Amino acid sequence: MTHSIKRGVSLYSFQEEYFLRKLTLEDCIAVSVGFGALGIETIAEQMMPGFPDLSDDFYRRWDAWREQYGFQPTAHDMFAELKLYPDRARPTGELVEDLKKDIDHTARLGATVIRILAATPAEVVELAAPYARDKGVRLATEVHAPRRFSSDWFASHFEVAERVGPDVVGICPDLGIFVKRLPKVLWERSLRDGADSDFVKRVVDVYDSGEDTSTLQDEAERLNLGPLEQDIALQATRFIWEEPRQLLDYMPYIHHVHAKFYEIDDSGEEYSIPYQEIISVLKEGGYDGYLSSEYEGNRHIQDAFEVDSVEQVRRHQEMLTRLLADED
Amino acid sequence: MFDRYIIVENSLRNVRQGSDVVGFAFDARCGYYRRLILSMVEELDVEVDGTPVPRQDVSLTVGGRTYSLDEMRSEYKVAWEFGEPATVTVAKPGGLPAGPHDIRLAEQLRISYLPVPHTPVTTQTLTVSA
Repeated sequence: MTHSIKRGVSLYSFQEEYFLRKLTLEDCIAVSVGFGALGIETIAEQMMPGFPDLSDDFYRRWDAWREQYGFQPTAHDMFAELKLYPDRARPTGELVEDLKKDIDHTARLGATVIRILAATPAEVVELAAPYARDKGVRLATEVHAPRRFSSDWFASHFEVAERVGPDVVGICPDLGIFVKRLPKVLWERSLRDGADSDFVKRVVDVYDSGEDTSTLQDEAERLNLGPLEQDIALQATRFIWEEPRQLLDYMPYIHHVHAKFYEIDDSGEEYSIPYQEIISVLKEGGYDGYLSSEYEGNRHIQDAFEVDSVEQVRRHQEMLTRLLADED
Repeated sequence: MFDRYIIVENSLRNVRQGSDVVGFAFDARCGYYRRLILSMVEELDVEVDGTPVPRQDVSLTVGGRTYSLDEMRSEYKVAWEFGEPATVTVAKPGGLPAGPHDIRLAEQLRISYLPVPHTPVTTQTLTVSA
């Protein structure tokens, strides 16, 4: 099937290396472009110190990188600072003002989408939408596990998107809502930490067979198991499997996709997320935006292995290239 | 997610004021996946060789400015940038004796979308040189 889906990388993928000052912002861009991923998604609060008050110098450097590396800025990831004050909630007006700064920043980068953190009140998105429209920026609320399409949360955000119109407000599905098998890196870590192997197997079996994971913590308690078993039971409730064909109901609203992955193993596949099935649906629906690689395996392996986000992104991009070329 | 990296290796030293040793310090990173504005750093619990340090003796220096834990609560602008070492100073006349010490740091961070604070914690053995 012909399609116009494009490949990109969220620099979130390289957070471990950036955090430890092994890669700079420019390195992260150069590495991604080197894999043919020309869409660059950025998290200012990770890699652009001083945000939202970035200097003209910074933006000039950014422009120079765009010219040098030939990438397209895709999305800026915003965070609603809901708990800035220790003793009171953040007034809606302040959150809207913050979002306007995110919009200005996004427009200045030359990007066209803002990933709206799922916890952002829908009202804030609606109030900032006219400003976003003026600036040519689209607001895409992230649909992120454990939130589901069938939730009240989704209904309230989607209502705003329908009211404002998909040319300005939409969604950014995170492919972590399509976790069919519990990530291997997650339960292998649990085993390394010393969790009871029978119980870990039980958690994996329950999750992978699509059964209810919400009773697993009680089960651990009944079995007199400890915090490690409680933890894996809890973590299993944070992953979800949605039917990928649900995406077809929202195609005009999908402005960006977080191509979440936990591990690309030596076979070149993502163990927990059925990418072929999902990409096939996106092609069928006529998605023409970016698949933005978002590696999130580092936190599960750093206890025992050297984290190599660059290699993981390379493998992920290789897999995307292959699946996008498939004639299905 | 970054617990194991929050204490910067080889960063423990005694702090002098004139000829007096008035405390000790080490460098720390904020154990979250983005920068946090200081008002959201609720506590920095420090233990040295198994003994908790009194809260009022702890301060954090970010970008050249030093804050007590109480002062941080109302700092709504300055951020502890992602991966950026800041200095944790503990007031303690005489400082620490030369040699290895077990430093435990727990950072209580108020996160916009989490119901309870995210609390990265680690213990590291660091050495004060003679």
